[in-house]
Amino acid sequence: MNRLTTGKVLFHVALLIGVIVSVFPFYWLVVMATGNESDIYAYPPRLIPGTNLMDNIQTVRDAVDLPMAFLNTVIVSVLTTALTLFFASLAGFTFAKFAFPGRGPLFVILLLTLALPSQLGTVPSFVIMSRLEWVGTLQALIVPGVAGAFGIFWMRQYSMGAIPNDLVDAGRVDGCNYWQLYTNVALPLLRPALAFLGIFTFITTWNDYFWPLIVLVNPEVMTLQVALSQLNGVYNTDYAAVMAGTLISTIPLVIIFILGARHIIGNIAAGALKG
Amino acid sequence: MATTELSTPAPSMASGTISRPTISSWTKFRQRYLAQYLSIAPFYILFLIFGLFPIAFAGYLAFQNWDGIAPMEYVGLNQFQYLVTDALFYESIVNTLIIWVISTIPMLALALVLAFMLNQSLRGKSIYRIAFFIPNVTSIVAIAIVFGSIFGNQFGLLNAFLQWAGADQVGWLTSDWGIKVAIASMVIWRWTGYNAIIYLAGLQAIPDDLYDAAKVDGAGTWNLFRDITIPLLRPVILFTVITSTIGGLQIFTESQILLNDSSGGPGNAGLTMVLYLYDQAFVQNQFGYGAAIGWGIFVVVIVFSLLNWRILNRAAD
Repeated sequence: MNRLTTGKVLFHVALLIGVIVSVFPFYWLVVMATGNESDIYAYPPRLIPGTNLMDNIQTVRDAVDLPMAFLNTVIVSVLTTALTLFFASLAGFTFAKFAFPGRGPLFVILLLTLALPSQLGTVPSFVIMSRLEWVGTLQALIVPGVAGAFGIFWMRQYSMGAIPNDLVDAGRVDGCNYWQLYTNVALPLLRPALAFLGIFTFITTWNDYFWPLIVLVNPEVMTLQVALSQLNGVYNTDYAAVMAGTLISTIPLVIIFILGARHIIGNIAAGALKG
Repeated sequence: MATTELSTPAPSMASGTISRPTISSWTKFRQRYLAQYLSIAPFYILFLIFGLFPIAFAGYLAFQNWDGIAPMEYVGLNQFQYLVTDALFYESIVNTLIIWVISTIPMLALALVLAFMLNQSLRGKSIYRIAFFIPNVTSIVAIAIVFGSIFGNQFGLLNAFLQWAGADQVGWLTSDWGIKVAIASMVIWRWTGYNAIIYLAGLQAIPDDLYDAAKVDGAGTWNLFRDITIPLLRPVILFTVITSTIGGLQIFTESQILLNDSSGGPGNAGLTMVLYLYDQAFVQNQFGYGAAIGWGIFVVVIVFSLLNWRILNRAAD
């Protein structure tokens, strides 16, 4: 079956070139982040990692409060993910398994909101945030998106297939109330869907830039992406330091992705084919 | 109607609707359905406040002149009148479309080829999939910073390579096409693997017998690709074209970070629609005009989604 034909060898060669192109920018990031300033301006450029990483990190820390930005990003990403998982699974389970007046129209409304372009509301959303006095605070990043339509849609689709009606009925007969049905029957069965939605939400929130840039006007409250952008803007004379900051902010996500790759890759494709 | 539905967990779906004597009192209704409505309420409440209200408010704001501090001043249709004659806005539309075309076409073509190769029962498929997908989880800010050092005019990696190869250096970040190519290359790098994974899933849904039958008839790899793969993959391709259009028309970060500028760099070559909105609203503090640009973007997105739809449908005939 797996005989290596000439065709397959050619495919492997082509795919490996693709892998190199995919991975090279990460390698280049490591090279730059571990070099020193003069390396950046050298010709021919230095193509192997250096030993200057710690110095560069120190330079970054003098320029922006990176630990604080890191902490803020973790807080926003963790809270957004946790709340999204809760609201999405509860609402998705309800839409999939319970009858109530207006269920159909309400679900159609939810789907329609997915088609609204977000840029249209950018300016007024900022105005609303400033009226709420949320500008420059982390809740401005967390609250608007925690009950997103995509997550609810995803959880509903998954609940329909994964939670047998008989099991919910049996739970009812055993005297479970609504909340117990959700925690004891639905949640254990929804675990694979929660894994995907969790990783997906975490990565998206971690990388979010446009809205945090607009709403985090206060230099004392920044997320990593905003801090990086500022570092790049103000500190562009010391490229090695900018690269060190970029490296630090990128590593956690790459690790999370590789650990959760199994959950995320298959589900992204499945979601696309369903939609 | 509604009162005949059961509040118990959907046995009605499995075994047909069972009628129950109706007691149409508010208490009964609340007992049956309150939990359901509470479960789904957070979405609708948050959408009203942070989704629908801003859009309605955008309609109001676009008729005002406002810097965000002084009282608003009603200016009627002035903002829109200015918008339709604003050369920079048109330039931002053209730039966005050029970047969209030179990124989407190579990206989807490459993704299709990658997926086709991955589908040939090769060893190490899961490793390839992870490697191709990693760019997609990287933040655009980080990518733009790294690509900035690859495309840098004087000390960039690409120009160093061109010099080594004896070719002329290119002013990537100062020339009109250089800037657009640099931005498009980031989009291609970040999204090719993602689209390849989606195509791969579509390919795996095509039955092997079709390929086997064609092979018996003496079809080569190219024929298999053209006559079986592409036609059967059309719905998946449609999906990727639509998502790439939505994403491509919203390009912002790539340009803003790469050029370190909210006006799109030299000659506004990297000025995209969303970057222009950001610049006018949040750098120049023209909130009313920013809201009007938001409506302009909305119209452009709708027009291009419809156009996309028509072209793809015609291609299908």
